[in-house]
Amino acid sequence: MASNDEVFEKVREALVDALAVDDSDVVPGATMVGDLGAESIDFLDIVYRLEKAFGISISRGELFPDDILTNAEYVSDGKVTASGLAQLKARMPFADLSKFEQNPLVQDFGNLLTVKDLCNYVQTKLA
Amino acid sequence: MRWFWIDRFEEFVSGESARTVKNVSLAEEHLDDYNQTWPYMPPPLMIEGLAQTGGLLLGQISDFRARVVLAKVGRASFEKLARPGDRLTYDIRFLSQQVDGAIAEGTILLNDEPLGMVELVFATLSGPEFEKVELFQPHEFLRMLRSMRLFDVARYSDGSPVAIPEHLLAAERAFLSVNCP
Repeated sequence: MASNDEVFEKVREALVDALAVDDSDVVPGATMVGDLGAESIDFLDIVYRLEKAFGISISRGELFPDDILTNAEYVSDGKVTASGLAQLKARMPFADLSKFEQNPLVQDFGNLLTVKDLCNYVQTKLA
Repeated sequence: MRWFWIDRFEEFVSGESARTVKNVSLAEEHLDDYNQTWPYMPPPLMIEGLAQTGGLLLGQISDFRARVVLAKVGRASFEKLARPGDRLTYDIRFLSQQVDGAIAEGTILLNDEPLGMVELVFATLSGPEFEKVELFQPHEFLRMLRSMRLFDVARYSDGSPVAIPEHLLAAERAFLSVNCP
């Protein structure tokens, strides 16, 4: 099993290649969208590079369960409902949702994921 | 000017790979626009040629119903320049396909010698905001595919030929019935 450092280095390499950012920008706390400037199409590229780097398969919605955010059952007045949050937690055990939970605006979800979350996700896939 | 940056298809395996060629001609005005004193093919237009090759390869999977666009160019390297009289060959191979796009590796040959490589990311535009967006008129699109001789060489991986989608033929018939009764 890969160590946390090994996973981080490979994730960093994938993000540097996909987003054309400097090595030094890719730190555990950096958010993918806000800090690293990832746009929606970049996630296609990132997913491909992670699959290749780690020999894993990432199906759509696994890393970014956006189907929950478009489901009226889980969204009300632009906010994710309690049951929606429960779904997100179940689907994203690798992500720290504590800050998002305080004011779960759908529009803020895109900027939720951090480099650390991505590393945690890869570790769950490798486990 | 026609925004066609490939001349014809030479190989096409549905969902997998495609090869096109582009012959560089001194008759093309863009060569003068780019560098009048020493004309050569602008590398960005080689990327466009690869993008057209890959975009059509991706679009064919949905019978050309998906709205495919080049979303991003990853690495690109060019080792040589193509001059009038040269023949460019564009090879595209999908590395990964998802429902919302594909990652492709493109290589360019100059008179059968390596010239460069490009990584491309294609996206399929979906969602309600794109439902009424037509990137091409279907009859014109079919005319372009015929001109590029895509269906002359297009095959599925089992070797069976790729047929012209019925919806494109219907659009062509409708156009001809009005304009060439």
